[in-house]
Amino acid sequence: MDKQISYERYHRQLILKDFGEAAQQKLLNAKLLVVGAGGLGCPALQYLAAAGIGTIGVVDNDIVALSNLHRQILYSVADVGQSKAKTSIAILSQLNPDIDFHAYDIRLTVDNVAEIFRSYDFILDGSDNFATRYLVNDACVLLDKTLIYGAVAQYEGQVAIFNCKTVAGAVPVNYRDLFPEPPADDEILNCEEAGVLGVVPGIIGTMMANEAIKLITGVGSPAIDKMITYDARNNKLYEIELTAVPGTRSRIPDSLDALMRTNYEWLCSANSPLEINNELFNEMLQAESVTLIDVRESTELPRINQFEHLNMPLSLLEENATKFSTETIVLFCQSGKRSLQAAQNLHQIFGDSKKIYSLRNGIVQWLQQQKQMV
Amino acid sequence: MPINVIAFGSLSEIVGESLQLENIADTNSLISELNKHYPDLQHSKFMIAVNKKMINANTPLNTNDTVALMSPFSGG
Repeated sequence: MDKQISYERYHRQLILKDFGEAAQQKLLNAKLLVVGAGGLGCPALQYLAAAGIGTIGVVDNDIVALSNLHRQILYSVADVGQSKAKTSIAILSQLNPDIDFHAYDIRLTVDNVAEIFRSYDFILDGSDNFATRYLVNDACVLLDKTLIYGAVAQYEGQVAIFNCKTVAGAVPVNYRDLFPEPPADDEILNCEEAGVLGVVPGIIGTMMANEAIKLITGVGSPAIDKMITYDARNNKLYEIELTAVPGTRSRIPDSLDALMRTNYEWLCSANSPLEINNELFNEMLQAESVTLIDVRESTELPRINQFEHLNMPLSLLEENATKFSTETIVLFCQSGKRSLQAAQNLHQIFGDSKKIYSLRNGIVQWLQQQKQMV
Repeated sequence: MPINVIAFGSLSEIVGESLQLENIADTNSLISELNKHYPDLQHSKFMIAVNKKMINANTPLNTNDTVALMSPFSGG
């Protein structure tokens, strides 16, 4: 059933040439999910809620931080520490109570992506890491969802529409046609590391909202299979025509089941998610079916007698790998460097069949923290 | 016959925002030439466009063609 158009609320866009009631009705009937209520998600959400997208979902497990406020201007100081998904929707409901909002205060993962995406026609990706971006792209391809993509770095931004089938039989472009595999760990800095000018996600997020509105209403020409780049330093816009690349599809999991078995964190190792902190390490000590391995040489001090573990120097680890039968392996060393290397080596061997972790910053700092806690 | 090269994102920190090169026959020789001068480029993933069209195979270059090198962005 069509939603009722509020002529007063939408008057200024209803009277636009080429827009009118038909376009407004399309917006009210549309279901759109925003991944990440951050620098890009906030402005996109504000304009899309104001324009009257009928159903809007927000998925984000992050909380508002003071360092977000220079660009995520939906939030205020009172929101610091609060859930972004819930807070954004509470604010947007006041802007436009006619919209059906859904907050997903969880991290988007291989386990929940299909279930969440299925309820929406359009996915707007405002995430801030490659693991999520590749997951969103692959899920959109597998679930046949149109993806409104945007990303920023320092003074620059990119906008594109992916996986949008316009002509029957034509293969639409997806993100992996441009960048088949995620960049290496240290190749591309994120906003936290490289900085970003606050207005840049503001502009790009607003451009994403514009692309969504054009896509949904059919007004104007959306950036389908195109990438628009914007540089805030000189106001340069550069538009590139994109091409689907034969063979790209083979890099995307071939089914939702295969997607669920893909470890995107590993693939992108954005913040070396294979590393765990002391808190998680302590949880591992209590857990069952965990093998703990000290990868230092047997002569290295301090010796560890606080918990049961194996000694297996990095040099011997690979040839003995098949001896480890538990599902989870936790490695540690003096500083966390060798154990991270060991975790990477073991991951090469086991793939996703085992969970492998390395204690970040090593066992010496763990021992110091244990002492302080006593 | 100059070829114009423009770089986006972190690539501009490696090769500069724009440069001109002479006697380049195709995109493969352009990239190997750039790799020689800017070794850091070898460790970067990027998309290539010739005259605003993305390419996915070696492409011949003509005078005044513009080659854009675009790196992936993750920020949001």
